[in-house]
Amino acid sequence: MGRKILFVTTDQQRFDTLACNGGILSRTPVIDGLAADGVRYERAHPQSVVCMPSRSTIVTGQHPTTHGVFMNGVPLPGDAPSVVEVLRLAGYRTALVGKAHFEPYFDPFLRFEENALSAEGTTPHGGHRRGFEHLETAAHGAMGPLHYSQWLIKNHPEALGMYYRTVDDNLQVNSEGGGDTGAPQVKVNPIERGIYHTDWVADRAIAWLDSIDADEDWFCWMSFPDPHHPWDPPESEVGRVDWREVPLPAGYPEDRAAREAIIDAKPRHWRAWYDGTLVSNYEAPADWVPATLTTDQVREVNARNAVEVELIDEALGRVLARVAERGWGEDVDVVFTTDHGELQGDFGLLFKGPYHVDALMRLPLVWRPAPSSRVNGGAAPAVVTRPVGLVDLAPTFCTIAGIEPPEWMQGKPLPVDDGDAETRGFDKVLTEWDSELFGVDVHLRTMMRDRWVVTAYLPGTSHDGTEGELYDLIDDPLQQINRWDDPDMRPLRDDLVADLWDSQPEARAERLVLEAPV
Amino acid sequence: MRFAIHLDCPPDIAWDVVGAPERLPEWWLGIDSCVVEGNTRTIMTRSGLPMPELLLTIDGNLRRFQYRIDVPMFAEHLSTIDVHDLHDGTCLVVYSVDAEPAVLALVIGGAARAALNHLPEFLGVTEIP
Repeated sequence: MGRKILFVTTDQQRFDTLACNGGILSRTPVIDGLAADGVRYERAHPQSVVCMPSRSTIVTGQHPTTHGVFMNGVPLPGDAPSVVEVLRLAGYRTALVGKAHFEPYFDPFLRFEENALSAEGTTPHGGHRRGFEHLETAAHGAMGPLHYSQWLIKNHPEALGMYYRTVDDNLQVNSEGGGDTGAPQVKVNPIERGIYHTDWVADRAIAWLDSIDADEDWFCWMSFPDPHHPWDPPESEVGRVDWREVPLPAGYPEDRAAREAIIDAKPRHWRAWYDGTLVSNYEAPADWVPATLTTDQVREVNARNAVEVELIDEALGRVLARVAERGWGEDVDVVFTTDHGELQGDFGLLFKGPYHVDALMRLPLVWRPAPSSRVNGGAAPAVVTRPVGLVDLAPTFCTIAGIEPPEWMQGKPLPVDDGDAETRGFDKVLTEWDSELFGVDVHLRTMMRDRWVVTAYLPGTSHDGTEGELYDLIDDPLQQINRWDDPDMRPLRDDLVADLWDSQPEARAERLVLEAPV
Repeated sequence: MRFAIHLDCPPDIAWDVVGAPERLPEWWLGIDSCVVEGNTRTIMTRSGLPMPELLLTIDGNLRRFQYRIDVPMFAEHLSTIDVHDLHDGTCLVVYSVDAEPAVLALVIGGAARAALNHLPEFLGVTEIP
């Protein structure tokens, strides 16, 4: 009997939403406890700041350039390499419960198995999909063909209309406002907490774990759809955080002129989106103008986000309690992270897009190794400050399972402390963005190394390829001072940019195709 | 959006399938059935969504098929399938779609691309890279 793996992801969660990372709004004692007993990473970056490419990186252990899912709406091929398949072939029982999103959601023809499966059960055709023997899916509400929606239709049809409608009549991301402040994607949701998707995901994960024999090894990816917008947690829980008491985020300069001056020093698509003159991607409401965002709306969004984070923490606690009841407590590795961040008011913006700053790139990541592994010289509690990426998760899972990571994985098993990180060369992490939607294309390549984040732009609709961003994370932790054009920085910039291009991963031979908006 | 596939067969082989409105469920993955009445065709998607369409052009000489999806969700829509004779025993099947909201062009176009990619297997011919 080996180590079991509980892999917990959220969707679109910032680093600073966890108490163990300095967050002040949410109470997250379960995750904090895992961090205290395990390894907490201070510089974990995604390789893409949107869902499908980032999740594809998690499951393949490859950068987007290599696995080919360059933006949302590009499906990950069914035969793409998968760490889950590696684990399954090694004898692990495998499941994904919650948000998958390796394939597009907009699918009226049910061409994609993730969407079609809910009508047939939870066992994919052929016995597994990407190595998952069990797939039980959910997304951000009651829409779509996923298992959670079907479960609601069957058992709680009264709840279908309670959720926020994530897309509008034009199938654009909905900009409708609600709550007390009219903030976009906020809604009062009267749904009973016990049937909200966060608790449903935990319930279904527990049900799957209960189906596993005590002596089997297993990998369970429990994938919460929250705290991704819409911000519509059960209304019974909203009182946990009074938005009126929420301080404005450090990254949100309250003075409008100051806010806009910061944006104006960045490449022009920042200001164009802020003013509502350029929509470069599908991930934010196309007809919402960020310049209209009010301070109270920022507070309310942050408050509701914090409530959703607390619900996740409590749901995780329930699952861990069940794991302990099954007698597995000493043998389970728990990895907690998310796929990307959320602007959440920084720079006067919400949602996400081609904006490579900490709001979207700095992620919560905690690895609590199985306590039994310590007896054999496993990791002791530590904080890792050197850069790591989600690309490193797949080889980490292999290592936990006692499997040599396959050559197609591009990351390295996560370091257990800074000394380990230094020895094994964790000195940089890459992130990329490519979007081509309705005649607007944007292409960014980013590297975090030492104390610097550098982003080089490739030619696109708004850029001629000479633009860039350069931030000093020590002196400017909020990335408000773009030093790309600072003459004093030129030698450093040139060195970083050269390293950035030298470090680019191998590109997939055949380019994949955009098949849906998301 | 526009997609094309080059098939190692004469154009009439492809046109007999893509130019026959009632045969759509045979080659378009995700369409369970369709009913053709006059110049309308109502398809039923695998998700259970009925979608009425107006058949605008079925031109066997030009080998052009055009239709318009006729549901309120679409402010505008026009899909065109052309089968081009390349005069070497092969043909090029081209599917193009315009729609408003544009998001829907992605959804229809993505499915159309999958349908085109299924044509070689369905017709028993090879795709020419």
